[in-house]
Amino acid sequence: MNILLAILVLGSLAAVFGALLGFASVRFKVDADPIVEQLDAILPQTQCGQCGYPGCKPYAQAVADGEAINKCAPGGEDTIKKIADLMGVEVLPIDESHVQGDAPKSNRPKVAFVIEEDCIGCTKCIQACPVDAIIGAAKQMHTIIIDECTGCDLCVAPCPVDCIEMRELPDTIHNWQWDLTSIPVKQLD
Amino acid sequence: MVESVIERITRGHFWDFHGGIHPPEQKVITASKPIKQLALPKQLIIPLQQHIGREGDLLVKIGDQVLKGQALTLSTNPMTVPIHAPTSGIISAIKMSVIAHPSGLSQLCIFLDVDGEDTWRDRVVCTDLETLSNNDIIEKIADAGIAGMGGAGFPTHIKANSKSDINILIINGAECEPYITADDLIMMEQSNAIVDGIKILDKLLSPAFILIAIEDNKPKAIKALQQATQDIEKMKVCVVPTKYPAGGEKQLIQILTGQEVTSGQLPIDAGIIMQNVATCFAINEAVRHDTPLIRRVVTVTGQALSKPQNVWALLGTPVNFLLEQCGVQAVENEKQPVIMGGPMMGFSVASELVPIVKTSNCILVPSRKEMPSAFEKESNEVECIRCGQCSDVCPSQLLPQELQWSAKAKDYPQLEKLNLSDCIDCGACAYVCPSQIPLVHYYRVAKAEIRQLQQLDLKAEKAKIRFEARKLRLEKEKIARQAKQKKAAAARKAAMNKATPEATGAKSAVAAALARVKARKAASQAGGVDSKNNATGSISSVDEPIDAPVDEQLSPVAAAIARAKAKKKLKQEAALLTPQSDVLAKETLAGEPEKKPAKAEKQINADDKKAKIAAAIAKAKAKNLNAASKPSASVAPPRASAAEKTESVQTSVEKPTNADDKKAKIAAAIAKAKSKALAKKAAQVSAETAELEKTSAVGDKVPAQVVQDNIVDSKNERTPAPTADKKAQIAAVIAKAKAKKKNKESSKIDSNVSHNDQDSV
Amino acid sequence: MTDYLLLLVGTVLVNNFVLVQFLGLCPFMGVSSRTETAIGMSFATIFVMTLASLLSYLVTTYLLVPLDLEYLTTMSFILVIAVVVQFTEMVVHKTSASLYRLLGIFLPLITTNCAVLGVALLNLRLSHGFFESIIYGFGAALGFSLVLVMFSAMREKLANADVPGPFKGTAIAMITAGLMSLAFLGFTGLVKI
Repeated sequence: MNILLAILVLGSLAAVFGALLGFASVRFKVDADPIVEQLDAILPQTQCGQCGYPGCKPYAQAVADGEAINKCAPGGEDTIKKIADLMGVEVLPIDESHVQGDAPKSNRPKVAFVIEEDCIGCTKCIQACPVDAIIGAAKQMHTIIIDECTGCDLCVAPCPVDCIEMRELPDTIHNWQWDLTSIPVKQLD
Repeated sequence: MVESVIERITRGHFWDFHGGIHPPEQKVITASKPIKQLALPKQLIIPLQQHIGREGDLLVKIGDQVLKGQALTLSTNPMTVPIHAPTSGIISAIKMSVIAHPSGLSQLCIFLDVDGEDTWRDRVVCTDLETLSNNDIIEKIADAGIAGMGGAGFPTHIKANSKSDINILIINGAECEPYITADDLIMMEQSNAIVDGIKILDKLLSPAFILIAIEDNKPKAIKALQQATQDIEKMKVCVVPTKYPAGGEKQLIQILTGQEVTSGQLPIDAGIIMQNVATCFAINEAVRHDTPLIRRVVTVTGQALSKPQNVWALLGTPVNFLLEQCGVQAVENEKQPVIMGGPMMGFSVASELVPIVKTSNCILVPSRKEMPSAFEKESNEVECIRCGQCSDVCPSQLLPQELQWSAKAKDYPQLEKLNLSDCIDCGACAYVCPSQIPLVHYYRVAKAEIRQLQQLDLKAEKAKIRFEARKLRLEKEKIARQAKQKKAAAARKAAMNKATPEATGAKSAVAAALARVKARKAASQAGGVDSKNNATGSISSVDEPIDAPVDEQLSPVAAAIARAKAKKKLKQEAALLTPQSDVLAKETLAGEPEKKPAKAEKQINADDKKAKIAAAIAKAKAKNLNAASKPSASVAPPRASAAEKTESVQTSVEKPTNADDKKAKIAAAIAKAKSKALAKKAAQVSAETAELEKTSAVGDKVPAQVVQDNIVDSKNERTPAPTADKKAQIAAVIAKAKAKKKNKESSKIDSNVSHNDQDSV
Repeated sequence: MTDYLLLLVGTVLVNNFVLVQFLGLCPFMGVSSRTETAIGMSFATIFVMTLASLLSYLVTTYLLVPLDLEYLTTMSFILVIAVVVQFTEMVVHKTSASLYRLLGIFLPLITTNCAVLGVALLNLRLSHGFFESIIYGFGAALGFSLVLVMFSAMREKLANADVPGPFKGTAIAMITAGLMSLAFLGFTGLVKI
């Protein structure tokens, strides 16, 4: 008898709580997931496709759905760390299979450059650029707009005469970084 | 509120700012000597940019003779300040040279060889200030190239042109940094001129009060300025207690008015503007004496000099000239460190050719005893002991200890929370640190990193917007294209089905064309099929009589349709001739690249024709080698002959002809190069070629000649030279590119071949 | 009134659940690497503990004791706690998605937080009344939050400090927790509860 009562009590307790939870789940239903926007804001927006997704927003969506966070090559370690912080997952080392090209990993940003003597005006690179950073038209000279180029590398492959190469941006006093090894602060004695 | 502030100021009872240090002043070395006028140096190195902002546009070139005070650059936007020739001479070079910047980087500089004459350009002295409007004065200040001479180099004409209500104008004569006495001396010697300059600012800004702040360690300067302003009620000389960094903008405002300029705010928001005394002197020179900013007082000091003193240095004077003039003693076995600026905020110059600029107020050459840290290579930094002295002395009330932790850990969000952007780089914290940590250094690195990250963020935003816009545009184009196609298809259908004159005409034209083709077939079969070009020749001769009877308005249409029919017909013929065409292709392929540069000027028509044939045939060959069956190959030969046919018929379609030719040329170049690469791989085919070359050499020449005769007249209006050059260029480029691509995978080449062939058709 | 105050002080400081009674160490170590997560977690825990403490008291007093089913306390408490945590999770997910992501697995793990069950059972053991149960639960959560936030602030500094190799990460965190615990021993005898 006692057992039956015990079961009854627990059962009714469970039922009541269950009903409460059910009501709460409807009341507190979450529809949109703003996490995708936040992830997209972290990604570098080069739209290069090296992660395997056609652009940064699709990759952000994929990461929100559980994709590995270490696929963004242009973002580098910084981006992986930020995504890890946001998603609450472990920081992974960068996935080497997604890094295109054979250039050594240097910190200097690179932009594309058209060797104008070789350009034949085929517009293939213009069609490849995801941010429209190449000026030109059919049979006219093609030029890269350095300020808009994200260094994504997508224009180098389509060129039939191989006249696009990636060059490092030069150091000017406007983008110069202080170097810890150069000048110590002078002190009076 | 302002009244009580001004009452306190009148009483001389000032406020104080948090922190600050009292380093040994070391000003006696140079304070007692007058400013020396130096001899002219041999060469001046004038950087194009000596201020915050961008360089101006060059007005002179190498070899120009310039006069003293002549403008060397032009200012095209507000943040640009022009530079002027400090003395007369000849421009010997305009090139990159090391400038006065801690990076040691180079910037564009004008090298002026001094001729020693020191001839002025024409100057117009303004005797009465009242005759000038405010705009005139601003223009004069801007044209004179005046930038803030207290160290920041902000274009003065922007600051002086402020539109908001100015309550207090502060003239900064504090000069709190040790060793420097440049402002002290100029106040002593040129107090009247300075006050005249202040009067000009007064006219421009109309402040309620003007305060001239001087530290109490400059008694002579105080006396001089008090005398100069004794009759002017508005201007007050305020003597502030000596403390480093009292001369900092926000600190001085707090001392004089008790007001704190909050983080992120500018003094202008509090109705206060500050100018350095040297800037005021320069403004007076510019507005009244039409003298641009070409010289400034520089304190050359340090125990390593035998004659430390203040000098009037022409802008662009290399540092080594100043050191020579002041008797620098060479340091044995070591490089003498030369610091531009004071001991707290200065930086080591990278080379002794670094020139003096508008913001250089001091050259400090310490001896080893005076400043041993300047001579040491490694830093003495040890761990932070958390003593807290740094936050005690920080004038901006920051927490240098926390900043140091976060800067070392590269925790940029935390640094922003700790207000790193409010740090004025004064160096007080590093001065007191018992662990000798170079704090300001870490902050500068962190600030630069944060700035760069912000730039990257902005760039990413822009890239995202462009990407979205591009996506949108591509979609719109796609939709437009689809709509157009639908419309065209519908129109075509309607045209075909309706019983309109054009439709019937077209139909009859089609019938006529069919008839013509039938006739042609009969004729060609009668004439024999020895060479396909002969067949072409016969076609053209047969065609014209048939064309004539067709109605005038329908002849273009008819011609077009006839061409299409001919194409189809020739396709079938070409298929029969393929084996022989291969041979021709090989020969021309091998011969073409070598012959082309030599024959560039001569026989251009022949080359064009050959190229077309070669293109067609090469394509066919490439396709064969590729073992891929594509319709483009068979279209190519008839296309070449169809093009000829067009010219011989002399319709009004020259433009498509040219386009065809060009396309063919490019295709020729690309296909040629590709075929070359492929041919290299297929060794046995090359062997074949060598054999057949000999046997068919004769056969190739004949058709070329026939073709040439037919088309010579139609090509008269085109300029052959550029096209041949272009071809040569293209071929050269392609050859280069192909050489490069030799190392890449064969599959890639193959895919490119098929891809490009599709496109060029 | 003073009794309640003393109870509160005693629970927060003298008999601190984390550092003195060593309950609830899992979220203490797991969530304290960043102060923002720590603060978020502490709010969640305060809510859960207080509510769970209250509900457990009600269930025991009005359901289990009258029906002579005291042996069901553990099971029914777990049921209550699980429900409360689930409810909290839904609320957090709705109000702050980023906090939800940041807390991650630790939010539902509050269910297995021995401090919560501990509070409920201790209430029973110490025969607390209605208000005392609430204050006890609230005090426990407050003590937990206090220590959690302090510890997270220290851990953030430790992350940037020059810690010797073998001690980096969890090791130095454990040592710090131990030192904090020693410090809290100083409260012994402050309040006689």
